[in-house]
Amino acid sequence: MQMEKVLFGDNQFFAVNHLSDEKSRAQAIRFKDDSSIIRVLDQAIETGINTFMCTTHDRIGNICNHLRANSEKYRNFKIYPCMPYAHKYANAVTELGIIGTIKQYVPGNFLSTFTKGGVAYLNKDFIKLMEIFIDAEMKMFKGISTPVIFIQNVIVDLILGLGLNVVFKEYDVYIRKKYNAEPGYITMNMPALLDALNSVGIHNPIIASSINKIGFRMSGGKEIYESYLNEKTFRPIAMQVLAAGALRPREAIEYLAGFPKIESVLFGASSKAHIQETKELIEKFMS
Amino acid sequence: MKIKAGIIGLGKMGLSHAAIVNPHPAVDLVGVCDTSSLVLEAFKKFSKIRVYDDYKKLIDTEKPDCLIVASPTKFHYEMVSYALDRGIHTFCEKPFSLTTREGRELVNKATEKGLVNQVGFHNHFIGTFREMKRLLKAGILGELVHFTGEAYGPVVVREKGETWRSDPKEGGGCLFDYASHVINLIQEIIGKPVKASGSQLKKIYSKKVEDAVYCILTLDNGISGVLSVNWSDETYRKMSTSLMVMGKKGKMICDATELKIYLKEANAKENLGKGWTIKYITDLAIPVAFYLRGEEYSAQIDHFVQCVSNKQQTEINSFAQALKTDETIDLIIEDSKR
Repeated sequence: MQMEKVLFGDNQFFAVNHLSDEKSRAQAIRFKDDSSIIRVLDQAIETGINTFMCTTHDRIGNICNHLRANSEKYRNFKIYPCMPYAHKYANAVTELGIIGTIKQYVPGNFLSTFTKGGVAYLNKDFIKLMEIFIDAEMKMFKGISTPVIFIQNVIVDLILGLGLNVVFKEYDVYIRKKYNAEPGYITMNMPALLDALNSVGIHNPIIASSINKIGFRMSGGKEIYESYLNEKTFRPIAMQVLAAGALRPREAIEYLAGFPKIESVLFGASSKAHIQETKELIEKFMS
Repeated sequence: MKIKAGIIGLGKMGLSHAAIVNPHPAVDLVGVCDTSSLVLEAFKKFSKIRVYDDYKKLIDTEKPDCLIVASPTKFHYEMVSYALDRGIHTFCEKPFSLTTREGRELVNKATEKGLVNQVGFHNHFIGTFREMKRLLKAGILGELVHFTGEAYGPVVVREKGETWRSDPKEGGGCLFDYASHVINLIQEIIGKPVKASGSQLKKIYSKKVEDAVYCILTLDNGISGVLSVNWSDETYRKMSTSLMVMGKKGKMICDATELKIYLKEANAKENLGKGWTIKYITDLAIPVAFYLRGEEYSAQIDHFVQCVSNKQQTEINSFAQALKTDETIDLIIEDSKR
């Protein structure tokens, strides 16, 4: 399965700006209505971008309704879901605790099955719990093409840090089996993650990580990232390529061009001119 | 030789600490402890880390060199005490203690025994706040006039659910959980609060604890300013903390992403022009080897580990500093009853 060179991201729609809290608020105001998001997506499509990589934010559900209602217009359009929308759960854990959060988000009476059966029973059901969470997050994409399904970096890096690598393997198996899709991983610790995935028999994985000239959010330093990009076997997606705006688009893309292994570049923008400019630079330097 | 570490409490912060400590090259995570069988079973099944359901057992069996305490606040005192009595360097999550009497005992104990002690006020490991502190110390704003310290976020946005956070006796509430961060930043960056006035602890959705804290703080350097904190504000995607300081020569506004500096006249020594200068986190972030949720969480653990290795007490986030924050919380509670 080939990924497109240019993937359109969604941070700008949901008030995520790594450089300025003030700008993120301005974005929240600008994209208050779903129609304003759809307008920018349509502009991206007009420039020839056909993949939207987005979190499983509640509002993406509305966008999916629009895509389904106009399926002819969007027939070549693909979504790469990234789950979960972490702040939803993080805020819930602060308020309700871990069990309270599971109660809130897991459908049906799964937890009562859990407690009734006791610890021994629960033991083998963690993977079932993961599958239920995945299905709950994937529900909104029903009927839409989702050829790659990602886990967000907060969860990937938590699993990685705790050394629960076997969970990656279970995720990999389930995504392929249930959704007939490629599993993808977003991380802020690319070299360590690739090693961990390889250790549980996941080879040539799709990994999205920060890759930029100034080493922003490239944990462990730029050098080790560069050596992995040059020497290891995996399918890298570059994100945070502008280092939250610290780099000019041209120098940012020229840097990426030095690593032919990079399959795709993820970026978000709010205006057609910006989308066009970045896409053209990627095609010019990286094809 | 690696430092042996244990972690007590595997809630949001405990799990996050475990994920940062476990891959740390200088540390061996010898055990974790929680009372939730669900969490412990998950560790048993998928990880190599040893698990305990009794913190004393963890400490007595593993004999760690250092301990991270991330349990609910009401357990901090007994757990930290137990660790200090056994000569273990201790990192404790914020808020530090439920009462200043307990907090003071812990400060004294750690000091007497010469043990490294640190509290998880992680904002001090964000490059922008560090730079603000440095520039204020260098005096670029001249005589200070006024400040505001703010934090907003969407923790409790509807009426429902009760956990230890909804019990004022257990250190729940916006004052302990959210406002403590801002008070701590104010005391370490601008000046130590000595008086609280006009304090309002407002319930919005919670029944027993406050969801917002508003008050005027007077600092030991004579200036006063406004504390405004609300954890029931869903216009924020996540917790957003900021400080503004105004002086006779200009002002600074700082949050986790940028530091905005306005100067009436250029400052050649700091290479700051007249008018606005913006410094971004991309230039100020502290480099870390492993990233989870923000550089600051890894950087504070790196700092603790380094202090333990060197057996040298920290100047950033000591127990004594955290106690000072708890004392200010008391000032605000007392004033709000007036």
